This record gives sequence, structure tokens and C-alpha cells, in this order.
Amino acid sequence: MALKFPIFMDAQSTTPCDPRVVEAMLPYFTDKFGHPASRNHPFGWEAEAAVDAGRGRLARLIGARDPKELVFTSGGTEAINLALKGVAEMYREKGTHIVTTVIEQRAGIDVCKRLERQGLQVTYVPVQPDGLIDVDEIRKAVTDKTILISVMFANNEIGTIQDIAAIGKLAKEKGILFHTDATQAVGKTPVDVEAMGIDLLSCTAHLVYGPKGVGALYVRRKGPRVRLAPLFDGGGHERGMRSGTLPVPLIVGFGRAAEICQESMVEENRRIARMRDRLQDMILSSVDEAFLNGRPDRRLAGNLNISFAYVEGESVLMGLNKETALSSGSACTSATLEPSYVIAALGASTELAHSSIRFSLHRFNTDEEVEYVGQRTIEVIKRLRDMSPLYELAKEGVDIKTIKWKAE
Amino acid sequence: MAYSDKVVEHYNNPRNVGSFTKDTPGVGTGLVGAPECGDVMKLQIKVNLETGVIEDAKFKTFGCGSAIASSSLATEWLKGKTVDEAGKIKNTDIVNELKLPPVKIHCSVLAEDAIKAALADYKDKHAPQTAGAASK
Repeated sequence: MALKFPIFMDAQSTTPCDPRVVEAMLPYFTDKFGHPASRNHPFGWEAEAAVDAGRGRLARLIGARDPKELVFTSGGTEAINLALKGVAEMYREKGTHIVTTVIEQRAGIDVCKRLERQGLQVTYVPVQPDGLIDVDEIRKAVTDKTILISVMFANNEIGTIQDIAAIGKLAKEKGILFHTDATQAVGKTPVDVEAMGIDLLSCTAHLVYGPKGVGALYVRRKGPRVRLAPLFDGGGHERGMRSGTLPVPLIVGFGRAAEICQESMVEENRRIARMRDRLQDMILSSVDEAFLNGRPDRRLAGNLNISFAYVEGESVLMGLNKETALSSGSACTSATLEPSYVIAALGASTELAHSSIRFSLHRFNTDEEVEYVGQRTIEVIKRLRDMSPLYELAKEGVDIKTIKWKAE
Repeated sequence: MAYSDKVVEHYNNPRNVGSFTKDTPGVGTGLVGAPECGDVMKLQIKVNLETGVIEDAKFKTFGCGSAIASSSLATEWLKGKTVDEAGKIKNTDIVNELKLPPVKIHCSVLAEDAIKAALADYKDKHAPQTAGAASK
């Protein structure tokens, strides 16, 4: 099969809509355009039925007992905001302490920073060099003021899947609510809110071949019944937790996307992991001083994150970006001009954070694409190393750490 | 962020990549930046000791595409200049030539620093052997 350019291997930033998802959504833009809260005519009933079906499909994917436990939002960021701010406000009488981790995605970290400015205390548990959070560190961080533990299910950069069930068990023992940011996990790895003791779970459609603009927050109704202060005031939709007209076509798409993920997860993960492993082997067998980030045996199937010593990430992407879409932890590719705090938190040198490249594979990648991207990556790294003063010094036997650099 | 055509051109076809042996007569070496900042430039000049003209220049850069382009351009500009003329190259000249956006201005600053460091190293090594100015 002929390759089609550019090749997309940035599926942890977003995914294309599956054509089956688009097909399911289309009628809800035109013929079936009703408002699901219109209780008195067929347009409303039809829309409500579609929303209920979508909710049901998503509930099945995450093992929720009752579809009503899902609150639709505009995406993962809003779901995380609603979970953390909603709990902080609602349980303020009970306590003012949150335990989270240093590797949460931007939304998780930034909401916690805001809550700190509002007088809450937040403990950011460190991560181990392999990308895993030590559950005992969470245990140690918990105080009698702790109202919430919030730990991401799978990391957006290194793909490491946390021991969510163990954290859920700890939270139950202590009687503390447990939120997990599962935006990268739902649909890609088995998630079961009941078996894993999850009280709140954030997820989003666009990372599972659904549309952009819709996400959901799972809010447990029984054992315990979680209550949340809403972010928005309005018509009291979504059991009062998220006012606003539901985006019916997007919810239909999210539901269909969830259904496809559930049906195909086992087979699909096997296929994607095989391609990922091939890419990893190709690169690591031909490039020296390339370091795999994150724990290889607890990783999302499509994730591959490698730091290439002595070359800077953006320059690697620049060598490939006409033909291949990847992402990097380099400062130059981030909005904040800081290198990846996730890679840095693993204890790697900052230089290696600048040098990290994330390949994230998806449902529609092919073996041919993997071969091509692997080969081209190897070529670009070699070319840049021939240009790198650090590589030259290293080859001369100079330890770069012994040089006194004048940082800007 | 899209790159300017000139940055892309220098990135794809960098001029004067390589190294001179540091202790060759006439060679001055500048090594600036820091790995943890994501930019390190090594820039070298080779000066004709008779005429004081920079006959050749080479660079190696660890950094983003704009850093590579800035140092590549610097080596191009250095060739044929006298040591004194070379000292007048400003980072803003590089910014204008490569059309660097504000977030990439530090790349041009680093290139100017690299030029200055190479010139200083050259002057250090080739200072006239007169009263007290012992060579290092």
C-alpha cells in the first residue's frame, strides 16, 4: 500500500474521528436536532433517547453501574475542573487537603494550583523513575484533612498506567474520594470504576476516535454518593452538576466511539502494541544513547517515548514534520517554554527532557507507516548528532556534566 | 508554529558544519549555552594570521531548528570578515535575516555570544607576545 503523507503518530494529542462515529452523528445535526430536555414533543424524546443510548454505551465501557452516573462536559479539561473544584467546594467543611501527583496533565496541576491560592492544601506526590506512582507515597501524604485523592490513570507523555485499583482501595480504607483523570486511558485499556474503587473519572471523546468538544465525568451515586458543586449555573441539566444544552450529536458520537473501543479493544491493542514494539526495536537497535521513558510493561499500547541524548526534540520534529506528526517534551514545542515536567520528574536530566520524542500510534496506523517513521527517525537523529557539539564531546570522552555551562 | 523559509533552508542545508582542531594556529573556539536550557553552540573561526581575515568558520549546535539556522548563518557571515568586523555582527541582524519570531530571539542572542566567545578565544590565544600578555 502506498504511503499517504503526512503520517499521523500523535494520537495522544488527538485522534481522527472514526468514520463509523461520524456516520452515527450525522442525523443528529439535521433531521434529529431536538433538545433532549424538551419533554413534550417527539423531537425532544428522540434526542433524549439518543443521549441515553450514548450515556449507556460510555457507562458500559467504564463499568459504571448506572448510566446516570455520567455527566457530559465539553471535554476532559472541564471534567477535571468539575471534579476537583466541585469536590473542594462541596466538602470544604470536611477538609481542605488534596493529594495528587507531579505528573498530572496541565489541567489537573493548574486546577490544584488555583485551589491552593484559594486556601486549600495540595500535596504533589513524586513519581518513581519508571513512571509509576508509589501507592505508599500517597498513603503517607494523606492526612485527616484529606478530602480527595486525584491520580491520572495513564500518563499523556509516557503512557505509564498507574495501579489505580490499589489507589482506589487505599481511598476506600481512608474514606476519601478518589478521582482519576482517565482521558488517556478510557477506551485504550480496561477501566472498571466498580472493581477499581473509582469515585470520579474524567474522560474525553476526541482521544478515542470520537469528536472534539465532548467529555464526561463519572460521578459515583452509591457507596459513597458523591456530591459536587457545579461550575456553571443554569438549567440544572445533568442532575444539577452541569447546566447547558447537551450537544446531542457529540454525545451520540462519543457513545458510538466508546462502543467501538469496547468491541475491538483486545484485538486492537494487540495490533497497535505490535507496531509500537516494532518501532521501538528499530530505533533502539540502531541509535545509541536512546532511552525509553516510562515503564515498558505498564504502558498504553500506542505509546512510545524516547529521549535521544545530545539532540534537541524540536529539531528532531523539524526534520520529520513535513511527513510525520510526532510530539516532543522539548521546551521549544510547549506553550510554556519549559521542557517536559513529566520527563524531568522521572529524575532524568533536564537535557533529556528537552530530547524526548513521543510517538503515539492509533487505530489507523499501518506497518508500512511504522517502517517509514522508524527509518526516517533514525536518519534524522544521526544527522543531528553529526551536528551536535554535545555528541562530539561525548565521543571524545568528555563528561558533559563536568563542563561549567553558563546558563542563560 | 511555522518556520520561515530561511530557517528551514538552513536547517535542511546547514553551512559549515564541523570542527577544527582547537589548537591549530589561527583557530578560535566559542562554546556557549547549556544543555539543560536546550541550546549549546560551538562556533569556530580560522583566522589568517597574516591578514587577520577569517578564512573559514565551522559550527556544531545542539538546539532547535532556529538555533541551528542562527549558527549556520553566523558561520556564513563570518567568512571573509576581519576579526574586528566580525565583532560587529549583532543578534538583531540574525533575527532580521531569518525572520525569527519573538520566542526564538534567544537563539540569535546565543549565536552572537558564540561569535564573541570564538573571537575572544582567538584573541586570547594570539595576543601579541608583549609586556605581560602571556599566551594562555
